[in-house]
Amino acid sequence: MNKTIGKPINRVDGRLKVTGEAKYSGEIPLENIAYGVIITSTIARGRIKHINTSVAEKSPGVIGIITHLDAPKLYARPNFGHEGAAGEKLAPLQNSTIYYSGQAIGVAIADTLERATYAASLVKVDYVVETPLTEMGKERDRAYPIEKFVEFTVEFALGDADAEFAKAEVKIEATYTTPTEHHNPMEPHATAAVWEGENLTVYDSTQYIFGMREGLAKMLGIPHANVRVLCKFIGGSFGCKYGLWAHTPLAAIAARQFRRPVKIVLTREQMFGLVGHRSETEQQIKLGATPEGRLTALIHQGISQTSIFDEFVETFTTTSRTMYAVPNLRTAQSVVPLNKGTPTIMRAPGESVGTFALESAMDELAWALKLDPIELRLRNYAEVHPARQVPWSSKSLKECYALAAEKFGWSRRTPEPGSMRDDRYLIGMGMASACFPMEHFPASAIARIFADGSVVVQSGSQEIGTGTATVMAQLTADMLGVPVEKVRFEFGDTELARSPGTVGSGTAASVGTAVHGAAKAVRAKVVALAQKDPNSPLYGVPEPDIETSQERIFVKNNSAKGETYQAVLARHNLEYIDANFDAKPEEEEEFAKCSFGAHFVEVRVDPELGEVRLTRVVGAFAAGRILNEKTARSQISGATIMGIGMALHEETITDPHTGRIVNDNLAEYHLPVNADIPPIDIYFIDEVDTHVNPIGVKGAGEVGITGIIAAIANAIYHATGKRIRDLPITPDKLL
Amino acid sequence: MVNSDNLNLLLKVNGTQHTLQIDPRVTLLDALREKIGLTGTKKGCDRGQCGACTVLVDGRRINSCLTLAVMYQETEITTIEELAKGDELHPMQAAFIKHDGFQCGYCTPGQIMSAVGLLAEGCPSDDAEIKECMSGNICRCSAYPGIVAAIQEVRQMQPNL
Amino acid sequence: MKPFSYVRATNQNTAIQGVADRQSAKFIAGGTNLIDLMKVEVAQPDRLVDITQLPLSEIEINSDGLRIGALARNSDLAYNPEVRSHYPLLSQAILAGASPQLRNMATVGGNLMQRTRCYYFMDIAAPCNKRDPGAGCAAIEGYNRIHAIFGASDKCIATHPSDMCVGLAALDAKVRVAGSNGDRIIPIADFHRLPGDIPERDTVLEQDELIVAIDLPNSPFAKNYHYLKVRDRASYAFALVSVAAALEIENGTIKAARIALGGVAHKPWRAFVAEDILVGAKPTEETFAAAATATIREAKPYRHNQFKVEMAKRAIVRALINATEKS
Repeated sequence: MNKTIGKPINRVDGRLKVTGEAKYSGEIPLENIAYGVIITSTIARGRIKHINTSVAEKSPGVIGIITHLDAPKLYARPNFGHEGAAGEKLAPLQNSTIYYSGQAIGVAIADTLERATYAASLVKVDYVVETPLTEMGKERDRAYPIEKFVEFTVEFALGDADAEFAKAEVKIEATYTTPTEHHNPMEPHATAAVWEGENLTVYDSTQYIFGMREGLAKMLGIPHANVRVLCKFIGGSFGCKYGLWAHTPLAAIAARQFRRPVKIVLTREQMFGLVGHRSETEQQIKLGATPEGRLTALIHQGISQTSIFDEFVETFTTTSRTMYAVPNLRTAQSVVPLNKGTPTIMRAPGESVGTFALESAMDELAWALKLDPIELRLRNYAEVHPARQVPWSSKSLKECYALAAEKFGWSRRTPEPGSMRDDRYLIGMGMASACFPMEHFPASAIARIFADGSVVVQSGSQEIGTGTATVMAQLTADMLGVPVEKVRFEFGDTELARSPGTVGSGTAASVGTAVHGAAKAVRAKVVALAQKDPNSPLYGVPEPDIETSQERIFVKNNSAKGETYQAVLARHNLEYIDANFDAKPEEEEEFAKCSFGAHFVEVRVDPELGEVRLTRVVGAFAAGRILNEKTARSQISGATIMGIGMALHEETITDPHTGRIVNDNLAEYHLPVNADIPPIDIYFIDEVDTHVNPIGVKGAGEVGITGIIAAIANAIYHATGKRIRDLPITPDKLL
Repeated sequence: MVNSDNLNLLLKVNGTQHTLQIDPRVTLLDALREKIGLTGTKKGCDRGQCGACTVLVDGRRINSCLTLAVMYQETEITTIEELAKGDELHPMQAAFIKHDGFQCGYCTPGQIMSAVGLLAEGCPSDDAEIKECMSGNICRCSAYPGIVAAIQEVRQMQPNL
Repeated sequence: MKPFSYVRATNQNTAIQGVADRQSAKFIAGGTNLIDLMKVEVAQPDRLVDITQLPLSEIEINSDGLRIGALARNSDLAYNPEVRSHYPLLSQAILAGASPQLRNMATVGGNLMQRTRCYYFMDIAAPCNKRDPGAGCAAIEGYNRIHAIFGASDKCIATHPSDMCVGLAALDAKVRVAGSNGDRIIPIADFHRLPGDIPERDTVLEQDELIVAIDLPNSPFAKNYHYLKVRDRASYAFALVSVAAALEIENGTIKAARIALGGVAHKPWRAFVAEDILVGAKPTEETFAAAATATIREAKPYRHNQFKVEMAKRAIVRALINATEKS
């Protein structure tokens, strides 16, 4: 039977999704459900002087209103990087202080959504208003430096970058700015809380069911064994459904207080306040080089925003410590606390905006040196990790440049800006490197073969649309020699084997290793039964001589000599046989592990009106073993498009006086639409990486967003001669 | 003229008549999802800005979030649940699977209903025009290339296009 | 959303009576704007009169031109064969707006009544003279990238968001209105207002009046026309600046010209000064530049929308070039 790994097979959950049968967290039918609507602050700084719920409480259908005046005690959780972390270190409704606009200040519960929504609007709040800190640039004096954010290095020095930059023959020094951005998955955050005695079940749109269980239990002050979290399908996330945010504990306390299940689904506008964002950044890059184009110094430093009460760092300097062989390297970051919510991880947190800055600066250097941008990158190719000076587990970036350049037709590019035209439009071609570190988290799985030959593999992971369910079924099917359709991957339930959050592009590597291990272990169990059984055709056959295919185990090169799984289980009167596997990442760090790639872009710019249209994108990526070419391609392509949004459209705007977000909706926060998207050709470089994990996977979820942004900015420069260092590149900036 | 807080309403969805006692504030989308239990139609923005709630009314695609259920008596409402006939998927559904025109799946019913509506309008043959005609459906996973490929495949299957 | 009573009107008179006696009653048809405003509590009607059953959706050609029923859906109008052949500018303008789904819902009358996308108008926590007369305008000192550069006042700098109305303005449409005190016909140029001291009034329509039809006069602009829309993404976005340009060119000379701009004022902004320059001149880029330059002379930008002045100028030139090249 043909192995499925690497093949572009269809998603195993495709049918459920195209028929509308897939149930997302807000759609689980629950008896006697009540609807909760969160009330949010309209000021960004101050306190609640008076909150009047009396009119709301008398409104038809209202079950109750909870505010800080009567909310039960909730225990704040640290933000990010801790087990059971919250999105913000702020338990909701515990006091009257307002730190940011859109903060939860109450929840209205009613028998219908319409009545709950109306009741929420009837709660009248008087505030003591203080002047909020809203502009990062204006508050830069409040910035404080960060050495390390969770486990991520931020402050780093190798050699003497400042001295070398000062005496460099060729220099680039530029500041790049990127705005606040919101994840905006299509499914709004949803949670439904159901209590049975002391036990709480929540159906929650979370990227991390176990983290949610831990965090929610600790916030409520109950044992985590009393909490079960389920998440069957999740309608996108990109980071904003990782931490625990206010709606989940609010649903839990409301359901407990009013003794009935409570469902809270955020509105789109609330998703611009209650669930994190990507911080704005201001990044300075200094590149020093020889006239031949060898980097002698790289300095990357700057500021990002955090909230008044939390520390979150958009780690934008990571790629500068990873990408190029430079002997003198310094990175430094500071954060500026503002009256905005706590930022959170958003697809390639740091690497996306950081790569924009670094790869724009490299393009500026290439132009200053009159060197082809690819050639400049090759001259500074890092054969070992530049900051850590350890070898790569695998790196095929040169191959990515070559393949993408060839497929794109880079050789047709004339280097001079403004030199390529099509009628009144300017044509530009740009490229950039892409890089994202490989993450590997502990994960467990159980694989089970039933008497009827069907297979279930379980791990309490989440399927956020990346194809997790599909590739886990493939890994199991290939190991056991059964068709993918015979395998069911069960996930999204804290009753199952423990798994990590779906973050850091690490699920295929982490959960995949666990599933692979569990499948291998259960196969070994069946084989062992057969080997020891005189009635089995495989009696006494040594393990290395045994193969699995066509739902059978048999002697290699002699498929007739063997039997089915069913036969083995039947003879031993077993309903099923199973095995579990705990996968842990290797502790020693003798290799640096990254996915790499290259993006090439062609743009068409209207020089008079400033409109930019992409005409084509080509990318080549090396991400270790690709488990499913179809879903992996979709991930890279989808990340590329999100990067197009970052380059050209996306920007959350805060009113500087009030701290309120003015474009908190999808009409004015511009996500890319279908018409924005040109043909996108994604190629994969085959890589066999034996160092990362037993399945050779490096991860493909985020690398695709890192290079595209600078590639677009570089193409726009090539088209127009205008270097835009401030995202997004909207028409007004090109007039 | 009728004037009432809770209205009796007959809504014909996927060929089935549903009798509802309904607050006039209930949108067509919430009637489908919360009252009738047809959760295939999705709520993404609730403001007509994303297209996840797309259904067909008398064969035409609309955003069900921006209109009131009470206004849709005497119409034929078609949702994603109606497209497959038993085990047999609608060609558009099959094409979405084949071309991976989705990831998380949340915008997918709206995309598919919009694509089916587009076919009925007379689908253009040019990719650029298809993209324009599908720009009322946002996909944050950004499966746009697969969506266009799926529509092209189904369009080409249709004899008269 | 505030509770309201729902009434389905069976004829025009009962419809008008249904809203005439209370300011807080509103007509509803497509609902694409009103329901949205109700969700964010900007509109809080306590009675909705559903007019969708009234027989007002016909689109008919007659000797004077075209009559468009107020309840005609935007998509039906845009794809109507008579409109496509005689008023292609209107078709192009409509299809530049919103999305197919919204165009299938939104009516022509509703489009005329569309309210501004001003961020502060849409946020009930912000002061807004349009929503709450006398409260102040947060946009003037706030973030005003999408706001007006023509005809604003110190009370309001909002823009009208419609594309269709820009096309109608260029085509000299007339709005037919029925009311408790009889019918009247309002030229499109007079239908929408500038904010002045009463920004709460978008149009001259009275509470007891119902738009029943739009009349388009016979048009010489079926050959040389262009609707240009500059926006932040390729589709499904409101205009930063839009231009409806229509020319009648005879023997190499401009015999008649129409220029209307969107995204720049409280109403579709008819550039009469440009039209005067164009008429009688040759359709050259120099003429177009002169017309554009004259138009923006009266522009008054704010902190974040200064780019619109130059963008409007260039967009006028481009729209005119495209209109000229069309034949």
